[in-house]
Amino acid sequence: MSGTTLDDYTDRYAERMRGMSVSEIRALFAVASRPEVVSLAGGMPYVSALPLDEIAELTAKAIREKGAVALQYGSGQGEPRLRELICEVMALEGVDSSADDIVVTVGSQQGLDLISRIFLDPGDVVLAEAPSYVGALGTFAAAQADVVHVAMDADGLQPEALRATLERLRAEGRRVKFLYTVPNFHNPAGVTLSEPRRDAVIALAEEHDLLVIEDNPYGLLGFEDAPGRALRARSHDRVIYLGSFSKTFAAGLRTGWVLAPHAVREKLVLVNEAQLLSPSLFTQTVVTEYLEHHPWRDQVKVFRELYRERRDATLDALTTMMPAGVTWTHPRGGFYVWMTLPEGMDSKAMIPRALTHKVAYVPGVGFYSDGSGQRELRLSYCYPEPARIREGIRRLAAVLSEEAELRAVFGAGPSTVDVRRRGLDMPGPELT
Amino acid sequence: MSRRVLVLAGGLSYERDVSLRSGRRVVDALRRAGVEASVRDADSGLLAALDAERPDAVVIALHGAIGEDGALRGVLDLVGVPYVGPGAQVSRVAWDKPSAKAELREAGIPTPDWVALPHETFRELGAQSVLDRITDRLGLPLMVKPAQGGSGLGAHAVYLAEEMPAAMVGCFGYGDTALIERFVEGTDVAVTVVDTGNAPVALPAVEIVPADGVYDYAARYTAGTTTWHAPARLAPAVAQRVASIAVAAHRALGLRDLSRVDLLVTKDGSVEVLEVNVSPGMTETSLLPMAVHAAGLDLGVVLRDLVDVAIGRSATVPRRPAHTA
Repeated sequence: MSGTTLDDYTDRYAERMRGMSVSEIRALFAVASRPEVVSLAGGMPYVSALPLDEIAELTAKAIREKGAVALQYGSGQGEPRLRELICEVMALEGVDSSADDIVVTVGSQQGLDLISRIFLDPGDVVLAEAPSYVGALGTFAAAQADVVHVAMDADGLQPEALRATLERLRAEGRRVKFLYTVPNFHNPAGVTLSEPRRDAVIALAEEHDLLVIEDNPYGLLGFEDAPGRALRARSHDRVIYLGSFSKTFAAGLRTGWVLAPHAVREKLVLVNEAQLLSPSLFTQTVVTEYLEHHPWRDQVKVFRELYRERRDATLDALTTMMPAGVTWTHPRGGFYVWMTLPEGMDSKAMIPRALTHKVAYVPGVGFYSDGSGQRELRLSYCYPEPARIREGIRRLAAVLSEEAELRAVFGAGPSTVDVRRRGLDMPGPELT
Repeated sequence: MSRRVLVLAGGLSYERDVSLRSGRRVVDALRRAGVEASVRDADSGLLAALDAERPDAVVIALHGAIGEDGALRGVLDLVGVPYVGPGAQVSRVAWDKPSAKAELREAGIPTPDWVALPHETFRELGAQSVLDRITDRLGLPLMVKPAQGGSGLGAHAVYLAEEMPAAMVGCFGYGDTALIERFVEGTDVAVTVVDTGNAPVALPAVEIVPADGVYDYAARYTAGTTTWHAPARLAPAVAQRVASIAVAAHRALGLRDLSRVDLLVTKDGSVEVLEVNVSPGMTETSLLPMAVHAAGLDLGVVLRDLVDVAIGRSATVPRRPAHTA
């Protein structure tokens, strides 16, 4: 008798599915959804701040007046009027674009998947910041690409590290398919690529024939400065730009876009049609109506103020409560603070203790493809209100003290057990 | 007979996700067996919901603290709602692995040698010297696991002395007391014990063969990574011994209705009890549903019968202690 694995399809799965398994971290996060837990884990936009009644009305009106179109299939590239409005949104960051070169996607996450499909073969090299967005790493892993991380600091990606990496890979005979970067209010690091470095990155791209994927969901959510000029504003043919309405409007509408050079755009549309036939015409209609008939720039200001207050609460609480030896970044926009713990600490191994104290964060290892990030973690301040943020950080400080004491008692460094990485250790969508 | 059953799942425990899956499966199984069943979380609205809905019985699909440590069962006793499974007091003992092992050993049931220590002990007496005494006494390899909890969370096999500190830190993340147990090489089997009114009966043992040797969280809940054999590939005499030891463990701990006993069978056929679960997993990859299937039974019917046992039990027991005149 052969027994059962409870999976009769084992020998049929594609090679890329090998090693994917249920993650205990993901399971532990089931607890984070309970109201008792202060979740500093999820990067969920605070959509309660939207004018819900007005959105209900404009949606109802759109269905009444345009329902026969809005509830139909659409085009694989997305609706022309929405693409024109997207050009206006990008113009705020200096991007000069044509609606013809835009492809509407189901959130920019799907844009990433489209790009992976048209550019990546198994074993191809992708460069990404260290750390990098977990959802992008998941997409690149699904494409069986090899992610090579490039160092960053408080001013974002380090051009000299990028140059060294490009030269090393060239010497090794390995071709880099593209650099994936989040220049504004980085997820998870919270930092922003400085002006001079933007020019340096583009210069390196020219010099090394490098394609840059600029992922910019947070660009309009700066607390202190006017939006910086996008990388795409500095180069038309070296940069593919990913945008999203998830943070400036509503994540639940899953509407994003890709702006790409003409030849690439053609391929994106073909793959988009193969994947979806068309992105949802209904949600595109809602977004179009919102952009045309609602003062959406004022709403972005509302979000900015709200997130600024939460960022301030976070940084104040960290300064007051964190034990010595803990460091963190100082975001000037966006959703995230990136924290580094003292030597010997292990943020993933600490998760159960954190949940016992009813606070949640995302461990750093998920943001690297090479298993590093053990001492790092991401805090999101976008969702909880300031008083809850302070309480969450108070709890986190207690967790860190207890963990440090325990490690001192046992003289234990980072976990040597349980570091096996089993394929994708992706948290759920609410954590990305 | 129509019965309305409330299935409790979720809870504020590390096994919340597993519990939610167990709960959904229990509801499906009960409905297929003609029982009106719904699922809800054990949260601050629970007591009001029990008052409003007055279910005929509760099935506890909560894993981890509140579902297994007796606390919730005590509250259900208090409000007079019958539930399937062992009572509050005995659950508290079964949930705490060192207490359960002590009772099993007292009853002459074999269980691997162990020591259970809170983290303060290591701090007060010096971690290394205590760890040295433990490895001297129990030898290597060892299993380190939280004294309370399931799903293999926080459990580590330790083969080398230098792996001990990290394993201890990992374990203490889940609770304040660690159970350190002699690691016994052998075949893992799980036996579901069911008592629908006559006497506890062992269902066929389920044998567990993890793909890479360790039955950790991922191996338990990722379909395709572990091979299970139900019934276990045991010689008839060994299978018989496994069954009778499981029933003896169920009795020794004073359990009722159903439990799952996890055992280890060594190469020479000797049997050791590792732990006993009063709220066994019911997910699609859980051991109890496999055992029920291997016995040729239907999970919904078994659960329905247990619901009837629970309802019958409450009908014969006064809900409040009678006062003497």
